[in-house]
Amino acid sequence: MTRLAVILIAVVAALFVASLVTGYAIAGPIESLRALLVDTGNPLSVVMREIRLPRAILAALVGTSLGLSGAALQGYLRNPLAEPGLIGVSGSAALGAVLAIQTGLAASFALALPFSALGGAVVAVGLILALAGPRGGAITLILAGIAISALAGALTSLVLNLSPNPFAAADIVFWLMGSLADRSFAHVWLALPFMGVGWLMLAATARGLEALTLGEDGAEAMGISLARLRLLLVTGTAASVGAATSVAGAIGFVGLVVPHLLRPFVGARPGALLWASGLGGAAMVLAADIAVRVVLPDRDLKLGVLMALVGAPLFLHLIYKTRKETA
Amino acid sequence: MSLLSLNQLSVTRGGCPVVDAVTLTVGPGECVGLIGPNGAGKTTLMRAAIGLLPRAGGTSNLAALPAGDRARQVAWMPQSREIAWPVTVETLIALGRIPHLPRGARLRDEDRFAIDAAIARMGLETFRTRRATELSGGEQARVLIARALAQDTALVMADEPIAGLDPASQIATMDVFSSLATEGHAVVVSLHDLGLAARHCTRLLMLHQGRVVADGPPAEVLTDDRMATVFNVTAYHAQTPSGAVFQPLEVVR
Repeated sequence: MTRLAVILIAVVAALFVASLVTGYAIAGPIESLRALLVDTGNPLSVVMREIRLPRAILAALVGTSLGLSGAALQGYLRNPLAEPGLIGVSGSAALGAVLAIQTGLAASFALALPFSALGGAVVAVGLILALAGPRGGAITLILAGIAISALAGALTSLVLNLSPNPFAAADIVFWLMGSLADRSFAHVWLALPFMGVGWLMLAATARGLEALTLGEDGAEAMGISLARLRLLLVTGTAASVGAATSVAGAIGFVGLVVPHLLRPFVGARPGALLWASGLGGAAMVLAADIAVRVVLPDRDLKLGVLMALVGAPLFLHLIYKTRKETA
Repeated sequence: MSLLSLNQLSVTRGGCPVVDAVTLTVGPGECVGLIGPNGAGKTTLMRAAIGLLPRAGGTSNLAALPAGDRARQVAWMPQSREIAWPVTVETLIALGRIPHLPRGARLRDEDRFAIDAAIARMGLETFRTRRATELSGGEQARVLIARALAQDTALVMADEPIAGLDPASQIATMDVFSSLATEGHAVVVSLHDLGLAARHCTRLLMLHQGRVVADGPPAEVLTDDRMATVFNVTAYHAQTPSGAVFQPLEVVR
């Protein structure tokens, strides 16, 4: 398992460096990295420090959040088809962002959009916890999440539907596709505290998730408080995925596919899968964010689109495999 | 000293009493068989005694404990033999050590000792590295019993642990429970096989419509009269050189 950690960390580090040296500015990798470390006073240093570094950091942060919360949700629901979007946080954060774009709030100050998205995530968590009740099981959580996702999706469509301004509508559509282009350190500092708190909460679920291998009754009889576990899970997912959505838009499939891919390497233990999925998610988003810049460098291919293009076939493969196993 | 003591314990579901004012104590050395027809309240009684269900009234010494302390007092084996992920048998059995492990700690020597002892007791050495989800139903049941044993508690409560096992496994499992009792633990086990209950339990609790209708040594509890009124069957019983034999025969109409 420590070997897996070394491999994953090495992959994340390599992709991080690769992300730093990928982009428009024509300069060799060595020259670029030197401009990052030493302020040479030329534009390359500005590009490296103000554009590429925050972009690479955000890719790693967003990926970690999605991978970690996906693994935690799959562990809690004991279902390999669960993903962070399931509890409605991404949808609600997207709705918050869409409202900010539509009302023009997003143009009024730089971080209005991510703040509004975070607000959406907070409202979603409040609703879920209120709907699912203090003693509800996994099923009530899923149902509450589906209801909130559907509502947020419908309201997002309503905003688009009634939008009198075609430019705002186009902005909304592009934002919803998810991207890490043109982000700054302001976005990093906005998202990082929420993600950090969310990660700590999700990491604290490890023991409870392991015990849940024996079912809810078995876990509770071993001294695990299911109410506390669920509170940690929902608020941790909301904080980390809400923050990720607020800075990067809706990026699907990472939280679904990464835990599934890494599960065999941690002996299927839901607690050990948490950190592995966090690292794996970081690697996947970094790789995808490099790919959008390499595949169609002049067309602004959106990260969320690419992720879905890669993720959907993987998901089909997962369904195919599950079907074979249960047959 | 009693390991389980219930006083007037009641549970209602939708206004109906499912467990009705049950008072009992179980002490070390007892292997208690909880018997009763379907719907008599066996599972509800055990879950409420541990504190997994809200009580409508009465007290339970276990439910009064903080969750962590309780998990070091009683091991619980639910009826649904759930194994959610394809973990190895050893990993699954190690889950039983969760209540004993300090937060974030790895398995210590004493934990490994308890795990090895549980594996040896249930004869699972050859299964150690197999995936628990790939085993047969009977093997999974044995693995889950080993998981409960690894918890190393004074009291073990199991809900129909021998349902669906072959005769040899059923007898071997009941032997494990009665030897646990001999060693000074206490076991409360619900079961439908009255023949095995009569042979292996030191004491039987007969539950009917949420109430304890009989409590005592098997021979005193399993009377013809109670078999007819509670279980609606007639039964053959005898003392033989190889122990008590009890066999339900026909449905009473």
